Amino acid sequence: MIDSGDTAWLLTSTALVLFMTLPGLALFYGGLVRSQNVLSVLMHCFSISCLVSVLWLVGVYSLSFAEGTSWIGGLGKFFLRGVGRETVYPDTGIPESVFFMFQMTFAIITPALIVGAFVERIKYSAVLLFSALWLILVYAPICHWVWGGGWLASIGLMDFAGGLVVHLSAGASALILAYLLGGRRGFPEDVLPPHAPWMTMIGASMLWVGWFGFNAGSALSAGGDAGMAMTVTHISAATASLVWVIIEWSKFGKPSLIGMVTGTIAGLATITPASGFVGPGASVLFGIVGGGICYICVDLIKHKYKIDDSLDVFAVHGIGGTIGILMTAIFAATALGGAGLGDNVTIFSQFGVQAVGVISVAIWSLIGSYIIIKVTESLVGLRVDEDAEVQGLDLAEHGESGYHNS
Amino acid sequence: MKLIIAIIQPFKLDTVREGLAEIGVQGMTTTEVKGFGRQKGHKEIYRGAEYTINYVPKIKLEIVVSDELAPRTTTVIQDKAKTGNIGDGKIFILDVEAAIRVRTGETGEQAL
Repeated sequence: MIDSGDTAWLLTSTALVLFMTLPGLALFYGGLVRSQNVLSVLMHCFSISCLVSVLWLVGVYSLSFAEGTSWIGGLGKFFLRGVGRETVYPDTGIPESVFFMFQMTFAIITPALIVGAFVERIKYSAVLLFSALWLILVYAPICHWVWGGGWLASIGLMDFAGGLVVHLSAGASALILAYLLGGRRGFPEDVLPPHAPWMTMIGASMLWVGWFGFNAGSALSAGGDAGMAMTVTHISAATASLVWVIIEWSKFGKPSLIGMVTGTIAGLATITPASGFVGPGASVLFGIVGGGICYICVDLIKHKYKIDDSLDVFAVHGIGGTIGILMTAIFAATALGGAGLGDNVTIFSQFGVQAVGVISVAIWSLIGSYIIIKVTESLVGLRVDEDAEVQGLDLAEHGESGYHNS
Repeated sequence: MKLIIAIIQPFKLDTVREGLAEIGVQGMTTTEVKGFGRQKGHKEIYRGAEYTINYVPKIKLEIVVSDELAPRTTTVIQDKAKTGNIGDGKIFILDVEAAIRVRTGETGEQAL
């Protein structure tokens, strides 16, 4: 039966999660590039949102959530066939149309996160083709494994709001894409600094607020689970922000805004898979560990391995999501203030299940993305030419300028 | 007539403008510019990566005044724009051959 309270909260959450991408993530990323590329980043996020929405209705929702095999959903809900106004999503009090929309906003932000790996040098056509294929071949199967009744759900994987489905899938794909695409011209010594840190802060703030819908909405109900999910989400974000800024302050002598808000996103990504399962005390720890390890990984990927994952998608989202998934096994235990593990499940056995999830999602994302990148490269090419890269994608690809006096 | 080009700290613009208005300077053109002198650039750190910022933002003033007013103009600019730190800017003085007011066609100092 449709519960009006649950439905009202999920309608709200859906709006919040769409707001995370439009304009939250777009501004977060837009501020981090040089001024001649700001519009291209906004355009990537906006285009992916539209493209995913249509594909989601046509068939990707069905592949993710319709009854199928343990590997992929069936074709039964193409174009939402059989879903009417009064259809209730199983085991919830919300209409399936709302569940469809709520999940669509997750499917939107996940490929949009990958934008951070390829900014300032990719062809617009490659963005569209890669994102469409990625949604179908990488996102839909993983989403089905974890949330659509697939094999990871069957073995008891705990991923409340998308540590694997969203953050690791996007992060691992971002890493391989950045590697195959190659760095920005002049990387790592001669790339330009973020052109508008204030814009990044506004985007991060929108992401933070939107994340209440992302995590608390993933309870699929308006009750205690949602309330606690919101609480731990907020505390983890705040803690990780402080951790990041303290590290920077002690290392470089100055606490930076960009550092602080990057910590926020790391804390949010880390708590995401755990948000429905852990208690407030644990959320402080999630923030500390997430903020600290993601900080180290940014340095490793960019400066040690010299992979130009330009806006640190893997280091922040991939690593954050992974840490969160693994820590969930420990802190979901009732003894540690969590909501409890399943019957006959120990912290140790759950940790094993979570690790299987991490490995399988990472491998699927890497291999799937590798194939999609090669196909995209052969069909439309990946990079703009050097002149266009120097001029900036705004003018070269879109014929527009973000700022007319610079 | 003299063209006075002054490069100053952006936050000193209003003080300079007020000072110049007091001695009777009737107009000026300002531009936001970037450049470097002895102040050179500085370093900025984002997400652990160090970026060198080679060009520092400045304001460029262009003022045409009569020969008589020129010395006082430069004195006021120097006086008002000075903080005593490296990066306060420079003043250049050039001769102007002619000036024409677009609206009336007046020439020379009448056009200023």
